[in-house]
Amino acid sequence: MASDALLFYSFAAVTVIGALLVVSQKNPVYSVLSLILSFFGLAGLYVLLEAPFVAVVQIIIYAGAIMVLFLFTVMLLNVPREDAAEWDRSHPLYRPMALRIGAVLAVLLALELGWALSRTPGLGVGVGDAHPAQSSVAELGRVLFTDYMFAFEVTSILIIASMVGAVVLARKREE
Amino acid sequence: MSDFIAFMTSPTTIAYLVIVNIVFIGLQLMAAVMVYAERKVAAFMQQRYGPYLVGPKGLLQPVADILKLFFKEELRPKAADAFLFSLAPIISVTAAYLAFAPIPFGAPTDFFGLLPEKIALQVSDVNVAVLVIFAVGSMGVYGIVLAGWASNSKYSLLGGLRSSAQMISYELAYGMALATVVMMAGSLSLREIVDAQQGYWFGFIPKWYIFPQAIGFVVFACAGIAETNRAPFDFPEAEQELVAGYHTEYSSMRFAMFFMAEYINMVTVSAVATNLYLGGWHGPFIPVEYGWIWFVIKLAFLLFVYLWLRWTLPRFRYDQLMSFGWKVLLPVATVNLILTATAVLYFGL
Repeated sequence: MASDALLFYSFAAVTVIGALLVVSQKNPVYSVLSLILSFFGLAGLYVLLEAPFVAVVQIIIYAGAIMVLFLFTVMLLNVPREDAAEWDRSHPLYRPMALRIGAVLAVLLALELGWALSRTPGLGVGVGDAHPAQSSVAELGRVLFTDYMFAFEVTSILIIASMVGAVVLARKREE
Repeated sequence: MSDFIAFMTSPTTIAYLVIVNIVFIGLQLMAAVMVYAERKVAAFMQQRYGPYLVGPKGLLQPVADILKLFFKEELRPKAADAFLFSLAPIISVTAAYLAFAPIPFGAPTDFFGLLPEKIALQVSDVNVAVLVIFAVGSMGVYGIVLAGWASNSKYSLLGGLRSSAQMISYELAYGMALATVVMMAGSLSLREIVDAQQGYWFGFIPKWYIFPQAIGFVVFACAGIAETNRAPFDFPEAEQELVAGYHTEYSSMRFAMFFMAEYINMVTVSAVATNLYLGGWHGPFIPVEYGWIWFVIKLAFLLFVYLWLRWTLPRFRYDQLMSFGWKVLLPVATVNLILTATAVLYFGL
């Protein structure tokens, strides 16, 4: 159990530090890399929760596919470093109004988190203790295509719609 | 503490450590052998001698190459991003080694009765092995992309961008090909997929998935070659267009790490193909305890095919590569997936 706790805190630290680095880096390429680091910490947490399938799929989709696209875009657009000279008070995000709205949103987020945590029963109990570990991919597939069929199909339609939208936007105009 | 010592000195733990070392050192040796084989095969196909001065038949050539790379000067362009420039080859080579971890290379064995129980001949028996290989493979591209970006040179950057575009286009077909085999075997564990391929059809055709999945194998081979950046899909380092692509600015051991990663990736993709389509360690004549001999034979053949293709096929044009990936491989793989799904569902293959 002690080693479990040690692993949990290591992965949690990697996740949180990675996430903090994303917003604190000046160079956008480093931000992308920090996000990947954070995803790896998250994958470790999933493995600790006896969900290796979710962990690996998360790596494939987020760290593998989506972040490659992010990196591709950042490199292709050659986004400049956020230098102190440019990043001064004239920047729209540093105007008083933006700061105020940001502060309100941050407080709201903190309140929501606290509310959600206070309502979650049995926080101290590990998932593995309450139920026998269910990491069977076959079982996951069965549940996805029976109990959660509707959500699954709606998500598919949403993704197809956004894909069609992207194709339409990217298509060359025919004069 | 005594528990720990007992655990560390138990025969099973030691056997696992041995296996880890076999894989680690074996992959390094395979990379060296592949460098030699590559030059010899190229020479054979071009009617030359190839390396023949260092050692008998030039067999010590890889050692000489490595020594040379060791003593070369480590160069870094002034405008390069120092941290990422050093990190990129490490990512490449780590991902390459990591991808071999879930691959079994022989039937479970007790090492001639030395162990109380049989253990699997693989570093770790993950129950989602196919997905792990896929995930780690998609990590390898970061090494190339970052090398291209951090070098701060236009050839490197173009190489890196091509690599990520190529990766995105071929990963889908690669995944579809993997999914078809997973469907037929009904498992994501490589050991179970291999075991599903033992036995014979009509008494003489081995039950290897290459026969029912010939189309899938071709898709897998194309995508695998594109994933490992080998000719005829070696765009990230196309010499005639991009000098040396993403590793233009690299020298010495950093270059050697990219080189090693490329060869280890070839070994990994061939090993995966052996397990998924060629029945892994199952084969006629050799008893299953010595199945790793079959595995090595099949692996060596696939690696030879890699070299064979490189020295016979010219490189595609870049736009041809992209349209081939999206307009040919992906639709073919998708139709193959749907047909296989139907067959598995209604005929229970």
